[in-house]
Amino acid sequence: MNLNATLIGELIAFVVFVMFCMKYVWPPIIGAIEERQKTIADGLAASDRAAKDLELAQEKATAQLKEAKAQAAAIIEAAKKHEAKIVEEAADKAQAEKEKILAAGHAEIETERNRAKEELRQQVAALAIVGAEKILERSIDAAAHSDILDKLVAEL
Amino acid sequence: MSAGAITSQEYIKHHLVNLSVGEGFWTFHIDTLAWSVFLGIVFLSIFRSVAKKANTGVPGKLQCAVEMIVEFVDDSVKSTFHGKNPLIAPLALTIFVWVLLMNAMDWVPVDLLPRIFELFGVHYMKAVPTTDPNMTFALALGVFILIIYYSIKVKGLGGFIKELTTQPFGHWSLYPVNFILEMVTLLARPLSLALRLFGNLYAGELIFLLIATIGLFQLPVHFLWAAFHLLVIPLQAFIFMMLTILYLSLAHEDH
Repeated sequence: MNLNATLIGELIAFVVFVMFCMKYVWPPIIGAIEERQKTIADGLAASDRAAKDLELAQEKATAQLKEAKAQAAAIIEAAKKHEAKIVEEAADKAQAEKEKILAAGHAEIETERNRAKEELRQQVAALAIVGAEKILERSIDAAAHSDILDKLVAEL
Repeated sequence: MSAGAITSQEYIKHHLVNLSVGEGFWTFHIDTLAWSVFLGIVFLSIFRSVAKKANTGVPGKLQCAVEMIVEFVDDSVKSTFHGKNPLIAPLALTIFVWVLLMNAMDWVPVDLLPRIFELFGVHYMKAVPTTDPNMTFALALGVFILIIYYSIKVKGLGGFIKELTTQPFGHWSLYPVNFILEMVTLLARPLSLALRLFGNLYAGELIFLLIATIGLFQLPVHFLWAAFHLLVIPLQAFIFMMLTILYLSLAHEDH
């Protein structure tokens, strides 16, 4: 082992290198590293937040979907009820109409029959007069005997 | 393998001589100085080029590699050194990468660089700076100066002297004993730093040289020894860095 002036030279080189490193090498590199770490940490935090937001939004969407389904079911239910009511009403109405028409028909038939009866009666009365004329071989004063005829007609 | 004209003993001895100028103490080991400064500049220019372009966006591959080392050092510093001192982390980074690069010269085949330089008329070339005790002692001395400086700065001169004399034994009559014990502790730190690094790398280099003398079988053995140095080289750089941080952390502790 021979220690000599080389040691001094190396010591100077060492000091110079350390000073250069301290001034021009270490600060920019460690600064960049720390800033990038911060950026990454921020990014991770942001992505965490986004994931949470997404979860919340999904929950909200699910809830809304459920609500919408419930509403739709309620609407359909109501519509069904309404429909049933309409059908019932229509049926009632139709029934009433039918009864009305039937009643009208019956009434018409009744008047028609009355009319026909009346006609028939008159014809019978006329026939009876004609018959009576024939029997009596003489003319009957229709006007003079109308009271008898009317009586007859009423009896028919 | 060395030429037949010289024995393996001469071969190894030849490889362990530094290229030097000067006499006595004022001898300079040109190879140690040149390689260490060259590797230091390699380290600083790579890191400086990254530092200049350092951006906070998506880093390039080189930036990633450099940032990995920087973060590794930063984590090591933060786990050991709890004070606030802007010097510690750059110091640790410089020590780690510089020592790592200098140790890594161990992987260069032992004869390659000497042979190349011999072509240019340079007869000695010891290419691993950390196998030169001057190198390791220079690093350790630098750390030692910082230990003394921060001990006095943080604790005050009185506090530092007090720390050296009043423990481990509390009685005043034992203060001289305390002082001797504490001085041994204090001086053992740079000494062990320097000698550990030097010893490991010097021994490694010596084994490489021994392997180089055994003929054709050296190839697999050489490979194994180099593979083993995959552990030794970064480990020694890491130990030097960690102990530096630890010693400076102790220097900052005020009792």
